[in-house]
Amino acid sequence: MLQAQDLACLRSERLVFAELSFSVGAGEAVLLVGANGAGKSTLLRVLAGLLPPLEGTLLWNGAEALADRAAHARRLRYIGHGDALKPALTAAENLDFYARLWGGAVAPALAALGLAELAELPARVLSSGQKRRLALARLALAPCPIWLLDEPTVGLDAASVDRLGVLLAQHRAAGGLVLAATHLPLPLPGARELRL
Amino acid sequence: MTPPESQQRPALGAWLALLGRELRLALRHPADSLAAVMFFVLVAALFPFGVGPEPQALARLAPGALLAAALLAALLPLDRLFGADAEDGTLDQLLLSGLGPSAVAAAKALGHWLTTGLPLMLATPIACAMLNLATEAWGVAVAVLGLAAGFLSLLGTAGAALTLGARRGGVLLPLLVLPLAIPAVIFGAAGIEAAAAGLEARPYLLLLGALLVAALPLAPLAAGAALRGE
Repeated sequence: MLQAQDLACLRSERLVFAELSFSVGAGEAVLLVGANGAGKSTLLRVLAGLLPPLEGTLLWNGAEALADRAAHARRLRYIGHGDALKPALTAAENLDFYARLWGGAVAPALAALGLAELAELPARVLSSGQKRRLALARLALAPCPIWLLDEPTVGLDAASVDRLGVLLAQHRAAGGLVLAATHLPLPLPGARELRL
Repeated sequence: MTPPESQQRPALGAWLALLGRELRLALRHPADSLAAVMFFVLVAALFPFGVGPEPQALARLAPGALLAAALLAALLPLDRLFGADAEDGTLDQLLLSGLGPSAVAAAKALGHWLTTGLPLMLATPIACAMLNLATEAWGVAVAVLGLAAGFLSLLGTAGAALTLGARRGGVLLPLLVLPLAIPAVIFGAAGIEAAAAGLEARPYLLLLGALLVAALPLAPLAAGAALRGE
């Protein structure tokens, strides 16, 4: 259970959000909605521990989550705006680095996003949708309780959104929780909306 | 019930994975390392033209010229050390790797030395020949440049982390790092001079080593703090 209490965040001397409290339990999904600049990405970065909140606390199962940031990092996957891919490495090499950080096998993760045939291609030649799928393949490597997704489906075709839907469903069925910022419909049945 | 958190994986394995990736990327883009080496050799080649063909004057200048050229060359790839990773989102993933920002910085520093400092060491004899340095001193010159480049890799990693996101980071970085590298230039040049004069260079190499050892824990810590605060 991830709980935020009275979170506030400052970006470039502007208060992006304040007094934000919510909780997400096992298997639950929360969609962050709001206009551009409402602070969706900022909130995800705060929840990932990449950005310190100005005020408020973040609890994981009742304990202070950000006290040990390395431990917090191990319980989450964060998919940001950038795909975090190196153009000179092949798709498999890009993913293999994360497999060596987090565990899991590369080939099934590539297959889960329909990238098996592209494994040996350098990321440089992938289309932007394929790059996004390769970034999302990190989710399929190893199980992890918290998924933080920032516009995960930008540039994806319908078939790939369905593949992500399968991963999301498996993750939630295993008790994982999801927070996603999006402007597009996401395959997250029963997700609550959090308006920023 | 929730999925298991990623187990505490052996930190050394993750660290080596990061270092291995740095090296693999450098091998796929050999132009970056090559550019630093070419810069070093070209600067060394400019001195004979500027100073004139007088062998004695050239040999007198050689130790300082070698160090200045090598340190400037090693600075070249530094402003992209974290910049490329910050732009494509990799840096976020590295900070979430569970390794800790200082360990990430240490891997970056070692990667910079292996892909820039080591090639500069290998090119040192060429520069020594152009500067008419006494051949007895070439071995010491190679060792000095290796140590000085290592010191600069560490300082430069901290500088690159601090200037990350600054608008003129590429200009700020040398201004920040080069003054701190002055001790390495003094001890290094003195060591090469001593070897060229047939004297013992060991004390100077030890002093350079001491600088390196002092920077070894401090620079990654500083870089880690800067990365975390970004």
